Amino acid sequence: MTSRRRTTGFLLVGLLVALVVAGIGSYYASGSPDGLEWSAEKEGFLDTAEDSATADSPLADYSVSGVDDGRLSGGLAGVIGVAVTLVLAGGITLLVRRRHDTADQHADADAGAPPTPGA
Amino acid sequence: MCNKVDVVHVPDGFLDAPTSVATGVLAAGTVALALRKAREELDERTAPLAGLTAAFVFAVQMMNFPVGAGTSGHLIGGALTAVLVGPWTAVLCMTVVLLVQAVLFADGGLTALGTNVTLMALVAVGVGYGLFRLGVAVLPRTRTGFLVGAGVGAFASVPVAALAFVALFAAGGVADISLGAVAATMGGIHVLIGLGEAAITVVVLGAVLAARPDLVHGAAHLRSADALLRRPEVAPR
Repeated sequence: MTSRRRTTGFLLVGLLVALVVAGIGSYYASGSPDGLEWSAEKEGFLDTAEDSATADSPLADYSVSGVDDGRLSGGLAGVIGVAVTLVLAGGITLLVRRRHDTADQHADADAGAPPTPGA
Repeated sequence: MCNKVDVVHVPDGFLDAPTSVATGVLAAGTVALALRKAREELDERTAPLAGLTAAFVFAVQMMNFPVGAGTSGHLIGGALTAVLVGPWTAVLCMTVVLLVQAVLFADGGLTALGTNVTLMALVAVGVGYGLFRLGVAVLPRTRTGFLVGAGVGAFASVPVAALAFVALFAAGGVADISLGAVAATMGGIHVLIGLGEAAITVVVLGAVLAARPDLVHGAAHLRSADALLRRPEVAPR
């Protein structure tokens, strides 16, 4: 019981760190082109990049469309990203995980046709 | 201050359709295998940690750090995730991060998703975790040995993933340019970014190891050594 509570506390601290990094810290990230973009520009193939089909997403480029304040927009996008990633990855790993007793494992194997990733 | 977060994965257009299809098939196969294999790594306690690790990697990938002249880099997180939650689970975590980034944030192309999964969920995880295991096999079975192994794996995973991109570019790059130059530029800058990757990986793993060593997948050998050392003290007579 206490060990479970300790684990919950640890996970909450981790989540808080992730939210602070994505929601506040990301504003202070370097805006210089990253290694790939820089290399592509230097070697002259950056212009072969095409806009993603999701380029018009309301969250494209880590900002929330309609939110003008850059700090708020980027921070909100980061928090949304952390939440969606947590739910999706946590959901998949909870579906895939081992259960403690074997009866559960059989039930799990039946129900456990895991979602195929949208590739 | 700059508010434009610039996490750039491989966009659409860099690679031709056959190459993108091939990496898509490879990525889908890897994820399918990981969905079966990750079961052995995940139980009631570690499954929530895996979800958190993916969210953490998403967050830290937003933190581009400056690397020399007008360039930046960001964590990939393949080695970090594999050491924390196991390599097959790491494939799933990294794939979710890349999927969320591509679909919601237009970071990394949709047709390039297979390429990005191949580079960061397969190559970076595989190289990072492989070198970590090699490291802990030859290094002292201590906290320091563990962290050095993880740091080496994290460091090497970045330039190797960058060179894997160059190999894909050689197979299906749409631009007609010197591959040697691309390899030198990509490899060189990603050696520097790899140093940042290693630093972040070691700091995060060090913190988790200090707080909850029992939750760290790659630290099982430390726990058994610890238990052997401590048992005489705590065992009631």
